[in-house]
Amino acid sequence: MASVVLNEVRKTYAGGFEAVKGVSFTVSDGGLCVLVGPSGCGKSTLLRMVAGLETVSSGDIRIGERRVNDLEPMARDIAMVFQNYALYPHMSVFDNMAYGLRNRGTPKPEIEKRVKEAARILELDALLERKPRQLSGGQRQRVAMGRAIVRKPAAFLFDEPLSNLDAKLRVQMRIEIRKLQRELKTTSIYVTHDQLEAMTLADRLVVMNGGHMEQVGTALDVFQNPASVFVAGFIGSPPMNFLAGEVDTQGRLRLPDGAFLAFDPKRGEAQVGRKVLAGLRPENVALRNGVEDGAAPRFRLELVEELGMGRLVHGKVGERPFTVAQGASDPPPSGYSLSIGIEPALVHLFDAASGLSLTSAAPRR
Amino acid sequence: MVEHRRFGNFLPHLVLLIGVAIVAFPVYMAVIASTHDNAVIANGQMPLTPGTLGFENYWHTLTAGTGRTTRAPVGGMMLNSFVMAVGIALGKIAISIISAYAIVFFSFPFRMTAFWIIFVTLMLPVEVRIYPTYKIASDLHLLDSYAGLTLPLIASATATLLFRQFFMTVPKELVEASKIDGAGPLRFFKDTLLPLSLTNIAALFVILFIYGWNQYLWPLLITTRDDMQTIVIGIKKIIDVHDALTEWNVAMATAVLAMLPPVLVVITMQRLFVKGLIETEK
Repeated sequence: MASVVLNEVRKTYAGGFEAVKGVSFTVSDGGLCVLVGPSGCGKSTLLRMVAGLETVSSGDIRIGERRVNDLEPMARDIAMVFQNYALYPHMSVFDNMAYGLRNRGTPKPEIEKRVKEAARILELDALLERKPRQLSGGQRQRVAMGRAIVRKPAAFLFDEPLSNLDAKLRVQMRIEIRKLQRELKTTSIYVTHDQLEAMTLADRLVVMNGGHMEQVGTALDVFQNPASVFVAGFIGSPPMNFLAGEVDTQGRLRLPDGAFLAFDPKRGEAQVGRKVLAGLRPENVALRNGVEDGAAPRFRLELVEELGMGRLVHGKVGERPFTVAQGASDPPPSGYSLSIGIEPALVHLFDAASGLSLTSAAPRR
Repeated sequence: MVEHRRFGNFLPHLVLLIGVAIVAFPVYMAVIASTHDNAVIANGQMPLTPGTLGFENYWHTLTAGTGRTTRAPVGGMMLNSFVMAVGIALGKIAISIISAYAIVFFSFPFRMTAFWIIFVTLMLPVEVRIYPTYKIASDLHLLDSYAGLTLPLIASATATLLFRQFFMTVPKELVEASKIDGAGPLRFFKDTLLPLSLTNIAALFVILFIYGWNQYLWPLLITTRDDMQTIVIGIKKIIDVHDALTEWNVAMATAVLAMLPPVLVVITMQRLFVKGLIETEK
């Protein structure tokens, strides 16, 4: 058991490409930290640096009390679960799990005990003699997890472990990983590009983009107070809608087509004349039939997706694509002349130039 | 599309049977000839049915040989050939799997240079470098020895290339998982790479054993002693007699004996080969 601390970690490749541009965060002892971001944002590189599979260009990585920058992977006391599982194809499930222990000279009865215990937790008891190819995707995933937990390491590292599973299994395994992690209380770092997976798993969420951290916080905090346009657009499904506009003298947002959008003036600094982006979560927006109020932004309907538990209404406000999420009890939109409305307190404001939040209290780290 | 018509089935089978007959008939003739007395064959009345001297002919061939041109029993020749073929096959596999391992999984200065130098040797088979190779073998006192028969033929690029291609398909996560599991380079090689390569090794062994078994030019140069001859050279010498009757029954028995080991290797290794093809998954 240990905490993992990253301090100004950078990775510059030989060609001069900077994959990770100074990242610092702490994963508390027993916590699960999720690194999330689009592909190429440096999250996997960061994880591989913690694992010792990539060298660290500058900065410190500490696991527990030790600075591990120059240690071999095996000396770092970590276990990793790979996206393609990386099971040894010629070894049985038992041997796959026992291999790491054998290499460390663990006594045989102890190996037997630990593997049996892991197999019991992961419900692999009946499969110990099988080879990986005789297992289903979900079972292989479990073996990969088993290989990690028998070692009782200081930290688990997960590199997109659920990406190769089908959607239904992914949800199931997600829950299992969370349960297991809570039960074992092992410090974990989990990399994914799936924001939903990130939201549901994380004690602490690190949103990455282009090699640097956009925001760190709890899942709810990141969702409710996104620090930048990128975070706002990345976290949440369907993604947040954005409308460009200018703050007018009455403290409202004036959109290019002449409509107005009210926002809560207490929620941040927004001087008159400032060019801003307003962020509206699809589920916070109400659709109104007809254009009774000339000042409300007009919504041009394009497509309705029925989801059963609600529906997604796609269309445009001005020239920007706009999605409204409705509950099943909301009346479906009728006709094409619609307008949108939203609680002023639920409007997020971002600076148009820098993309930084004007309403979020969370400092950008 | 495969259609199942009676005539459609008959014609391909006829063609195949004719093909088999063309290939198999000479082999059949060799087997038949090896069971008759030489006089029967020599007078031009080649029979098409087995004779009665099969056991005697083979025993004589294995233990005594012809007594004229080869002056050595074919049993000894077979042993020589076998040692040479196995030596070449195992030697090549050992050397090339190690060099391919170095080239694929490690980065060191001049890695690609090393690879290209190995690659270039593809263009220099024994026949091209025969004089310098002979000179070196003779300076090292390797003439008339098993080392001389095998060593110069072991160094080659084909097997290295094959292993390189195979190693490049091994997922890098497997290497990384091994590192995290605490396996060093040697342990990864022994515990993971070698078991995964088993099918490739079996396939290569078959090819290289036959390559070694069929060597003619190099053994011809490097061996002068009768007891170091290989069977392929033996056949040629048994047939090639002056002022005497060729002992066709012995020659044919030798030919049949020369065919057996490669056939056995193919049959036994084929099982492993197919089994491996079905089982291996990376």
